[in-house]
Formats: sequence, structure tokens, C-alpha cells
Amino acid sequence: MSRPELVAPPEIYYGDSEAKKYTQNTRNQQIQADMTYRALELLNLPPEKPAFLLDIGCGSGLSGEILDEEGYNWVGVDIAPSMLEVALEREVEGDLFLQDIGQGLGFRPGSFDGAISISVLQWLLNAETSHPTSSPPHRLQLFFTTLHSALRNPSRAVFQFYPSSDDQIQLITSIAQKAGFGGGIVVDFPNSKKAKKVFLCLFVGGGGGQQEIPKGLEGEEEDGKARFERRRERERSRAKNGRRRTIKDRDWILKKKELYRKRGKEEVPRDSRYTGRKRKPVF
Amino acid sequence: MVRLVTHNLLACHAKDCNTNNFPLGFQNVQLEIREAEFNPDFVRAFLPKIEWNALVKTARELGDTSLPDEQPEMVDDDFLQNLHHVLFELHVIEGAMVCPNCKHVYPISDGIPNMLLAEHEIA
Ligand SMILES: C[S@@+](CC[C@H](N)C(=O)[O-])C[C@H]1O[C@@H](n2cnc3c(N)ncnc32)[C@H](O)[C@@H]1O
Ligand SMILES: [Zn+2]
Repeated sequence: MSRPELVAPPEIYYGDSEAKKYTQNTRNQQIQADMTYRALELLNLPPEKPAFLLDIGCGSGLSGEILDEEGYNWVGVDIAPSMLEVALEREVEGDLFLQDIGQGLGFRPGSFDGAISISVLQWLLNAETSHPTSSPPHRLQLFFTTLHSALRNPSRAVFQFYPSSDDQIQLITSIAQKAGFGGGIVVDFPNSKKAKKVFLCLFVGGGGGQQEIPKGLEGEEEDGKARFERRRERERSRAKNGRRRTIKDRDWILKKKELYRKRGKEEVPRDSRYTGRKRKPVF
Repeated sequence: MVRLVTHNLLACHAKDCNTNNFPLGFQNVQLEIREAEFNPDFVRAFLPKIEWNALVKTARELGDTSLPDEQPEMVDDDFLQNLHHVLFELHVIEGAMVCPNCKHVYPISDGIPNMLLAEHEIA
């Protein structure tokens, strides 16, 4: 299997047809979902506390949908317009930004309670041009420094990615450390060719040994699969029972508008037969 | 969908643009109001992150005058409802965001802001 990041720049590789193919493939959906659950586990957010998360390289929203399901508020950034279009069509709840993470992020200090990134970081290891601002180390450094400042102290950022060598892992972790992060690499199922997954687990703050690098999962693929699937069932039912958000009904919106009118607020949209309807995809 | 919850966290990230680069000003805005579930806990947890003056100013520019000049000391349900509406239910779907300092224009189309910088704007 050839590596997509060697084929073309991301916004070209993930064009209209690949974006659709990628998103509709049920096996891929399952894999991305499982890795998102595992990333959330490694993120180790305080339970039952609302969190505002960043999904780095959110793509068409396969990872973001899990965040929705789990009741998190999130913002997604991605460089491929076609992937973001599919995310819009799928009506994910997060705000989406067209952004090259290698150019750095512009979020104010402490904006996010955590960040996840699923199958993205390997893309930053390949230069597109010979311009100095597009050398991989420069882009990684810009990305990690601005990410570090955008995260709350203490918090974590968890990246699942596909390194092609130990040198790449070394390069990425050393630049992340220079940017101020603690943490390191977690490898799940290191002995299984198929199920092996690499996670970069970065910490902001929490010195004094409070933040310890989590342990990777052991065993063979089958065990891993079973485990993830069980968890997925559990998460599903939890989401259904409690934290899953509901779309507000029409009555509620009408009441709300009434309230605004009473306060003399202008430009409250007129009630129409569209009020309270689910918005149609834009495309 | 740029909600004010996100807009309030966003500063300009162009090269050497480090002061007076927040909040980005909205231009030629097309606004859509989309209902979102009211979660008082989340609104409350978000309060410490908010740059209040920027939020009030931006909300007013978008025609919502429900927020007081000063962040109230008493946080009651009515206030949280208003804040919820401003943060999560106002969606800018077309228009642009402009940096008050370097004047970089971040266009918004179909609810997605284009944050890409030109080569010479990259730090
Ligand atoms: C394999 S997809 C993963 C998408 C999503 N996280 C998921 O789990 O389905 C990789 C994504 O990384 C994005 N990407 C690659 N390089 C990027 C960059 N420099 N900035 C932002 N996004 C990037 C691609 O556009 C693509 O959507
Ligand atoms: Zn600027």
C-alpha cells in the first residue's frame, strides 16, 4: 500500500472523489472511530465536565462525529476543502476552518481543554516546495508552538499517526518538546502488524509527575478489536442515555424569539414554516 | 459556521502580527440563527475563557444587544440563556473576518473561514 502523503499534497489528494470514497468506506469509518475513542481515552479529560476540543486535521468529520456523540463542543481545522465540504454535508456540530496547521494556529492562549488528531501528522513530514517556510521542521515547530499556547494548562493533545521510521518519531517528539510539551509515544499492540497503532501523547503543564505517559495496549489484533467494539457499544448507549444533544423543538425556538421581540430586539427572523427545521446541506 | 464561541478565541496569525490582532472584525456578514441545546454547565465553564469586551462588541455588530457592558457578578439563568444564544446560536455563514492590525482578510464561505496565509505572511 502506498502512502497517500507521498502521492500528492493533502488538499489535492483529498479531492472531491477521494473525500467521498474515504468517508463512505464503512471499514474506514470503523477504524477512524476506534482510534478516536482511544485518543479520547488517552486524553483523559475530567469526567462529566464540559470540554471544548480541537480536532486537528478533522477531514470529513469521522473523528468529529464521535466528539458530537460524546457531547463535546469542538472546532475542526483541515487543509482540504473537499473534506470540509463532506463534513458540512454530514452536519457535524463543530465549527470548521480551512487551515494549514503547518502555518501555525491563531487561537488565543488557553482556548482548548484538549486536542485530538487522527491520521494527520504524517502529512506534515513532507515538504511541498523548497521555500524555507515549507520545510517540515519549520512547519512542525510553528504548529507545535502555536498549539501549545492554544491549550489550557494543564491539558493534553493526542495524535494518532503513521510514522514511516523511528527518525520521524524522533524529529516530531523533539520539536514538540522544544515547543514546551511533555509526554511521549504510546504504542498499542506493538507486536501485531495489522493492529499496531502509534499515538503521540503530549502534555501541557502538570509538572511534578502528575502527567504520566499512559501504557499502550497489549495483545493481538483480535483482542484489540473485541475490546474497541465493546467500548463502542458502551459509549453508544451512554451517549443515548444522557449526554447526547437533542435538536431543539419548534416551540422552544418560537418562545425564544417571542422573548427577544418583547425586549425590542430588531431583526428577529420572522417565524416561517422553516422555523425549527433541520438545515439542509449547503451543497 | 463561525459561532461567536469560536470567534472569541480567534486572533490573527499572520507573520509579525502580535498586537491589536484581536478580535477579528466581521464584514458583509450573512447571519443564520440555528438553535442549539442549552447547556448551562458548558456556558458557565466557558465564562473564564471569554474576552468579554470583544464578545459584547461583536454581538452588537451582529445586531444582538442582549449582553451587558460589564460581565455581571451574579450569573443567573436569564444571563446564561442570553450568553448561550450569543455564543452558540448565531452563525456567520458568509462574509469575512478582518484583522484590526494587519488588515488581512479571512473570507468566510459556506460557513467555513479560510485561514490560509500567503507565503510572505507565514511566520
Ligand atoms: C486520513 S485523513 C483523517 C481525517 C479525520 N481526522 C478522520 O479521522 O477521518 C487526514 C486529514 O489530514 C488533513 N491534513 C493533511 N495535512 C494537513 C495540514 N497541513 N493542515 C491541516 N490538515 C491537514 C487532510 O486534509 C485530511 O483531511
Ligand atoms: Zn493581522
